[in-house]
Amino acid sequence: MKVITYYGYTDGSGEYYIVIDAEKCNSCGECISACPQEALQMEDMFIDLEDKPVAAVTEDHRKKIRYTCSPCKPEENSMPCIKSCKKNAISCIWKPL
Amino acid sequence: MTNNNEKTEYWRWLEYKKVMPNKDWKKAKIITAGVDVGSVGSKAVIMLDGEIYAWSVMRTGSNSSDSAKKALGWAMEDTGLTLEDFHYIVGTGYGRVNVPMANRAITEIACHAKGANYIWGPTVRTVLDVGGQDVKAIKIDENGKVVSFLMNDKCAAGTGRGMEVIADLLKIPIEDVGKESLRVNEEPEPVSSTCVVFAKTEAVGLLRKGWTKEKVIAAYVRAMAIRMSDLIEKVGCEKDFVITGGQSKNIGIVKRVENILGVKRLPVPNLKETGLDPVSAGAIGAALFAKALYEKSLKQ
Repeated sequence: MKVITYYGYTDGSGEYYIVIDAEKCNSCGECISACPQEALQMEDMFIDLEDKPVAAVTEDHRKKIRYTCSPCKPEENSMPCIKSCKKNAISCIWKPL
Repeated sequence: MTNNNEKTEYWRWLEYKKVMPNKDWKKAKIITAGVDVGSVGSKAVIMLDGEIYAWSVMRTGSNSSDSAKKALGWAMEDTGLTLEDFHYIVGTGYGRVNVPMANRAITEIACHAKGANYIWGPTVRTVLDVGGQDVKAIKIDENGKVVSFLMNDKCAAGTGRGMEVIADLLKIPIEDVGKESLRVNEEPEPVSSTCVVFAKTEAVGLLRKGWTKEKVIAAYVRAMAIRMSDLIEKVGCEKDFVITGGQSKNIGIVKRVENILGVKRLPVPNLKETGLDPVSAGAIGAALFAKALYEKSLKQ
């Protein structure tokens, strides 16, 4: 079952999203230790009447993701979270105007 | 005094409830409830064997737990039901962890998807949920399962709370905001601020410039509709398209989102006859999950 979550926002300055694929995520937690900003955590998602722990951006960081993630240079696709994920469950959309 | 107060509270919307006649809970095998405590509205839906029996929509108070109790209590009123009669209760929404009588909490994304599927059937693919404090675009499959979702909760703009603030400022009753916003010959420039606090300041400026109330509300509603449409375009708008949440009643939002996306939403069912209320989609989904979880617990 494919469940893709977009964490972030579009505002006057551009589009900023961290995208997590719950089907691919194997709940290993590598991305959580890889994130230098401590912006990721495991969150239960309700899929097929079961709770599956899936990587998620913490609520605090969702509203300021542009500032949280920019030190990792998302536009160069070199983010530690994305690199750490062996299942390719994490990607990003980064389009500053 | 009371009369005077009512006139000044333009944001205040009508709370409502109903118990379906010709239905008897004593004959039901499984009695469940879904309680959706939103930031602005609290919704409770009671189901008998997966069919809607009673519901209520109330304003959320300062305390989530009290709001949950009040909403469910109001839906139960005149039914003779007590809390002990329920087999399973699911809490959802912004205040879901504070629904004291719930057996468990489920995120509102899953509940809205399930509720939309129940209200409109298996053809629904895209759900725009415009709540009191955030806007969600949810893509679902034919079973009402979430495929992808995107939430914009950066600030209260484009949501029910923002509408309440503007309704109060312009002295337009909240129920008439949508209709009033459509009383313009041509669409004005949308307000540029995405934050409700700045948008309010901008609206005051436009009024001083001599804009009519209709034109100002149109500029505000249009800005919000553009933001919602952007959100939907990110996940992709696939037919059938529906709108849930409190702002599904705002015809000014609905018409503009339809125009921008070039897609009509599915029509809203007759609430009084069916209980299929887009405002209560989350609570309906929660009550359905409650039934499924109860049945699952019996098998184990």
